[in-house]
Amino acid sequence: MSIDRRNFFKVLGVTGAGLAFGKQAQAEPAGEEETEFKAILYDSTRCVGCQSCEFSCAEVHNLPEPEDFPEVGVLRKTNENRRTVVNAYDTSKGEVYVKRQCMHCNQPACGAACLTQAMLKTKEGPVIWRENKCMGCRYCMISCPFDIPKFEYNSPNPKITKCNMCFERQQEGQLPACVENCPAEALVFGTRRELMAEARRRIVENPDAYYPHIYGENEAGGTSFLYLSPVPFEEIGFRTNIQNASYPALTKGFLYSVPAVFVLVPSVLLGIHKATKSNLDKTNNYD
Amino acid sequence: MTSSAFPLKKEKKSIGRFLLDELKPRGKWLTPFNIISIPVMLVGAAIIVIRFINGIGAVSNVTQDIPWGVWKGFNVITGVAFAGGAYILTFVVYVLKVDKFHSIVRVTVLNGFLAYVFYAGALVLDLGKPWNIFNPIIGNNFGANSVLFLVAWHFLLYIVAQAIEFSPAVAEWLNARRAHKILSGLTLGAVIFGITLSTLHQSGLGALFLMAREKIHPLWYSEFIPLLFLMSSVFAGLSMVIFEGSISERVFADQITSENRKQRKDIILSLSRICAFSIFVYLFMQILVFAHGHRWAYINTPMGYWFLLEMLGFVVAPMLLFLLSFKRANIRWARVAAVLTIVGIILNRLNVSIIAFRWDAAVHYVPSWMEIVVAVSIVFVEIWIFRWVINRMPVLRESPSWANNKHV
Ligand code: SF4
Ligand code: SF4
Repeated sequence: MSIDRRNFFKVLGVTGAGLAFGKQAQAEPAGEEETEFKAILYDSTRCVGCQSCEFSCAEVHNLPEPEDFPEVGVLRKTNENRRTVVNAYDTSKGEVYVKRQCMHCNQPACGAACLTQAMLKTKEGPVIWRENKCMGCRYCMISCPFDIPKFEYNSPNPKITKCNMCFERQQEGQLPACVENCPAEALVFGTRRELMAEARRRIVENPDAYYPHIYGENEAGGTSFLYLSPVPFEEIGFRTNIQNASYPALTKGFLYSVPAVFVLVPSVLLGIHKATKSNLDKTNNYD
Repeated sequence: MTSSAFPLKKEKKSIGRFLLDELKPRGKWLTPFNIISIPVMLVGAAIIVIRFINGIGAVSNVTQDIPWGVWKGFNVITGVAFAGGAYILTFVVYVLKVDKFHSIVRVTVLNGFLAYVFYAGALVLDLGKPWNIFNPIIGNNFGANSVLFLVAWHFLLYIVAQAIEFSPAVAEWLNARRAHKILSGLTLGAVIFGITLSTLHQSGLGALFLMAREKIHPLWYSEFIPLLFLMSSVFAGLSMVIFEGSISERVFADQITSENRKQRKDIILSLSRICAFSIFVYLFMQILVFAHGHRWAYINTPMGYWFLLEMLGFVVAPMLLFLLSFKRANIRWARVAAVLTIVGIILNRLNVSIIAFRWDAAVHYVPSWMEIVVAVSIVFVEIWIFRWVINRMPVLRESPSWANNKHV
């Protein structure tokens, strides 16, 4: 793996394809080597916008079939009945299709937000939601930087819905439905490590076809859904202000200070209490 | 109803009869407050029934992009800031031993306690699956690195702490002398525990939004939200004490002894002083955050004007008025300032949790009339219970003579 990567940098250096990209890759956390998260690589240069992924997703999760289709200028969104959508964008390299769904962040904001661990990053990689734990507080929705979890507002027993990378199917050794049914091979399933290598290989072998960045390599601390694009990602509707550090890291400072507060504040208060008490004892009788 | 007659009468009755009698309403029925609040609460109750039958979406306008509406943003997040008076005053009275606030500490704790109980209630309404609310508590699932998990636990524990702080009043009401002695002995512990919990969950409510870094307008988002929330809870709570005090003074005039009445002016002036000072510190923090975050670029936009309105109209202005009030020893200014501060805190909390949250979303969230009715109903129910307790327990009036400690 490390040799692979060094070779890759060499190639990059020779072609001078993107210094910034190389820097980013070096800054990557070591976690990738230790964990074998399963992941999906989506290559929008291959996607033909056929919506097979949408239809198969609806079928395996018992959701209504999609009735609209990707259209330039129309932003279709995921919702409680639709866990993935394909949108079309008019870009500097012509029309490009983009599939969107949960990014399956390596350190998901939704999972850190959830107070019951209903949202859970499985050790296999998919981020799943567990109905019997969830209390429906919707804090996961507040926290997800990609606005992914959706809520069934019109149900008395509502669910949080989002892509779960077909976790049940994976458990049975099957591929996620979208990957299995993509006729253009725009979706590939594998370990995150394999797919990172594959994505880099594609960029290096075909530098003209790709914008030299793998979205999801570092975004939000790295995700288990990886994207390749022919154009800069802001042209195809991605938020570019997503930070590269993980989102749960933003609350670390607060959470770490809690035990300290629990020790310090009571002792300070008791100290003050003692001090003021001895002053008052002369004149007053307090218990 | 004088307190001394109370225990005497009670001795002849069984506890059950006594409680039953106490449950009956007292005083006039057709007060303006009742005429307004009763229909609102009835409609609110009907809406709550609809909400549980047809789901939250049937009554509320919250969206997939903006999932928390007024029930969370107003009742929970704003309400808790106003309940902050309890931890500040218990700190001043029981830890710093500043005796002059003694006469208002019990009513403030009662207020805080009820606020928490009812805001927890608002939270339950807003939960999609409230029957799972005990999951994070009975501990089959500890989401221990969740800020909300901490906030939930601190809420719960703080309600207990406040119940203990208030319990001597209940014991006095029930004439339970032994229990009173034991419960009074627990006060200091509960106070210290309560203050610690308060600092953590007041800031924790701000920390809830830390992960929404790109989703909150940069004028309101910073990594210092927890500190800003904590600091502003000081003057939010105290302004509420001033405001609530000026109403209670009229409504419950018969309960307040003339000695206490004289003290009140002095109390309000001292509170103004603390408010002015804490707003100053808050303002200073806001300015630091503003400069640190390079926020100049956003000022000349609609959101920028909105931010300026919040800062100048509802932070700077009340601060000056509080200053004026204690310089001139004029409590009228303090009351105006308290009202302005309250509006400002509502604005600030709603800004962070709702208005500036996904300010860029295609569809903006505007609460439905039903959400507002429920939000207001919750406050009304709280006031009803508050009134019920004040009319029965020694909260504003003096404790019975056997409870020789003055509200300790
Ligand atoms: S994209 Fe959102 S919902 Fe999906 S794992 Fe990341 S934080 Fe969670
Ligand atoms: S809505 Fe459910 S899954 Fe989301 S944070 Fe709350 S408890 Fe967790």
